[in-house]
Amino acid sequence: MADRPASAFDEMHADGGIRSPYTEMAQFLEATGQGVLEQKRREAELLFRRIGVTFAVYTEGGDPERLIPFDVIPRILSREEWERLSQGLEQRVRALNAFLADVYGPQDIIKAGRIPAELVLQNEGYLPQMVGFTPPGGVYTVISGIDLVRTGPDQFYVLEDNCRTPSGVSYMLENREAMFRLFPDVFTRHRVAPVSHYPEELLETLKSIAPAACQGEPRIVVLTPGPYNSAYYEHSFLADEMGVELVEGADLFVRDKVVYMRTTAGPQRVDVIYRRIDDDYLDPEAFRPDSALGVAGLMAAYKAGNVALANAPGAGIADDKAVYPFVPEMVRFYLKEEPILQNVPTFMCEREADRDHVLANLDKLVVKLARGSGGYGMLVGPHATETERAEFAARIRARPGDYIAQPTLALSTVPTLCDGGVAPRHVDLRPFILFGRSVRMVPGGLTRVALREGSLVVNSSQGGGTKDTWVLDDPLAPGQSQSMGPQGMTQSMGGMSQTMPPMSPMAPMPPLPGRRGPANDPGQGGR
Amino acid sequence: MLSRTADSLFWLGRYSERAGNVARGLGATLRMALLAEPVDGVEREWRALMVAAGCEPGFRERHDTAAQEASVHWLTLDPANPSGIAACVEAARRNARTVRTALTVDMWEAINDTWIEFRRFDSGAICGDRLPGFLDWVKSRTLLFNGAAADTMLRDDAWRFTHLGTILERADNTARLLDSRHGAFAPDAAADAACYAHWQAVLRSVGALRAYQHVYHTRLDPARVAELLLLRPELPRSLVSCYAQVERTLEAISAANGGNPGECQRLAGELHARLRFGRVGGILDHGLHDFLTGVIEENITLGQEIARRYLNGQTA
Repeated sequence: MADRPASAFDEMHADGGIRSPYTEMAQFLEATGQGVLEQKRREAELLFRRIGVTFAVYTEGGDPERLIPFDVIPRILSREEWERLSQGLEQRVRALNAFLADVYGPQDIIKAGRIPAELVLQNEGYLPQMVGFTPPGGVYTVISGIDLVRTGPDQFYVLEDNCRTPSGVSYMLENREAMFRLFPDVFTRHRVAPVSHYPEELLETLKSIAPAACQGEPRIVVLTPGPYNSAYYEHSFLADEMGVELVEGADLFVRDKVVYMRTTAGPQRVDVIYRRIDDDYLDPEAFRPDSALGVAGLMAAYKAGNVALANAPGAGIADDKAVYPFVPEMVRFYLKEEPILQNVPTFMCEREADRDHVLANLDKLVVKLARGSGGYGMLVGPHATETERAEFAARIRARPGDYIAQPTLALSTVPTLCDGGVAPRHVDLRPFILFGRSVRMVPGGLTRVALREGSLVVNSSQGGGTKDTWVLDDPLAPGQSQSMGPQGMTQSMGGMSQTMPPMSPMAPMPPLPGRRGPANDPGQGGR
Repeated sequence: MLSRTADSLFWLGRYSERAGNVARGLGATLRMALLAEPVDGVEREWRALMVAAGCEPGFRERHDTAAQEASVHWLTLDPANPSGIAACVEAARRNARTVRTALTVDMWEAINDTWIEFRRFDSGAICGDRLPGFLDWVKSRTLLFNGAAADTMLRDDAWRFTHLGTILERADNTARLLDSRHGAFAPDAAADAACYAHWQAVLRSVGALRAYQHVYHTRLDPARVAELLLLRPELPRSLVSCYAQVERTLEAISAANGGNPGECQRLAGELHARLRFGRVGGILDHGLHDFLTGVIEENITLGQEIARRYLNGQTA
């Protein structure tokens, strides 16, 4: 079994040298022993356990509150790499939104024959309740997570779009905080673009989609399915960081098509709901009648224009795996632009020609369920046994519409702390894109890493871990101060240390930054 | 504040306090059981404690006789007893988890560490010589939680509802423990060694044996013991102290939530006034049991009124 495709691009080592974003990091790793890194890893675990950054697994027995493994070596992108990515991400999210507005509206793209009508209209993700309704601000995907993979210096591909309730942003933020605590000195040698203002950006974005009916400052809430949901930590974290209430369905009620929350001071009107509950469970009157998680009458209030929902119900049609192959076409159709980010070539087993190709090349392809998530129900052809492939071939023949296939990409690798030392492991990247009046992003995202040697599956439910993701800003020219933030004084310290020669391991420690790391946290929007 | 948040904080306060109170009551009863005449005396002691904790019927369904070992297990580790320490620890942590962001880190760690450590106890931990240590540990965890809340919380609604739960539970506990030995306070009760032991046990179960001496400087007598537990504002676990705080806290809550005092505030004021202006002679003459039964019932009504006004999420 091949450990990894021989051609895998390593983001630190390329052509025998060290790629420029990793110059300092390579020296640091060189000078730091395995023992120290392992000690840092143990500290990180204690830190996460103490804060309670866990994801809950209540179905499999064992410890119900688990930690996602955290790798202490960051993944580093240059500012130019990020700029290109962020342009591509903005373009993609705009196209996905235009698509949603279209399929629930005039359906021009279908009429133009650029996407088959039945693929959209017969899709489970398509909500007839949304036809003819325009959400506040015309925005459907207020928060998206776009999963990217990389195969070369400039080769980034979109693996999938997440337009419903993408999770993971709390790990992005907590990973950074953990790194500040573990490696304060390393930060003084890098200019890492901050991410900690994400909750403020999210709050601003949510405010900007308040419905027209809202008077004064919009009241915003985060709606969670409750403490037994696997992402509950993230829900409470985001509500806390934004300073808004974390509510469950039973905390809300609808009267005269207006949403209220039940408080000790009586009912209080709610204007914007960042909901982390799936469409099906949102409103027992509109969707699943057996849902105890939702709010009866919520859809009626929404359609009356009295409350905004992020993301809009029905946004899932845009991230359906069967719709995915058409996203580049959406970019061309709606924006009249060429897509900056490429799709992974995708074969749809429903089509005869594609299916024949897939069945003949199972040993080279990754086969996925058209409607699955979490890395379940997936065949990684080159790593599968003859029997497994035969089994999958039978399944594809029986229900071709359920499967899509893609070539096995040589996912890029990043140095990762493993039992035998630092070794390359495959990664992906999930940046988070906020879309209200404007598109906002914090530089970076959540890097997921397949910790098992050779594995290409990064999902946390399948042995994946996470890394902090750094976007390096260029060093400031002396005297330049435009990016100075609230912690302006320490900002200049960051600039100063940048010009110092690399520290030897014995050099005196610089002053410890607090939990809100100073030099790297000017609190200014890196857009 | 969300009604559900207030509800969870209120019950967090109640369950944490209840765990400590059960441990205190158990410690006092253990001592009485050692002194009591064999068999039926011991059994009467344990039944009285379970009646006070409101969990005697559940015990009776499972056991014919109130042997010490079975009683202790029921009150400590048995998760089936909703008033037992195990269930209190579980419920306190469950409520704390749903309102993590309303708690300070110190409060969360006090509750969470208790819960983690509690899961390590088996029946060995409540056997023989180890039982007093276990009870001290439970008591110290409640003290730690109360200290963390008092020392680290902002004085906002989160603090008020947590504190309200704590003191309402405390009032209830004092009334129930005293009531479980009301016979020793009857006007015609003999002032013999057995009664003396009961007065001691009551004081011990609310940690007030020393306090009695500091206040009265004399040997125990039933009227003074009852007065201390009912009417003396110096004792933080006396009914009058608890209801003074309940009333003050409810006033602050209504001021912060629109000003409508509601029936709960009137009830708390009435209870407080009765204790504040009451005389121990009159209470004992009319019967301590009747008085305390009245207090316990009104305390239940008060809890229901607080829920109706603040915790249930009224829609009007």
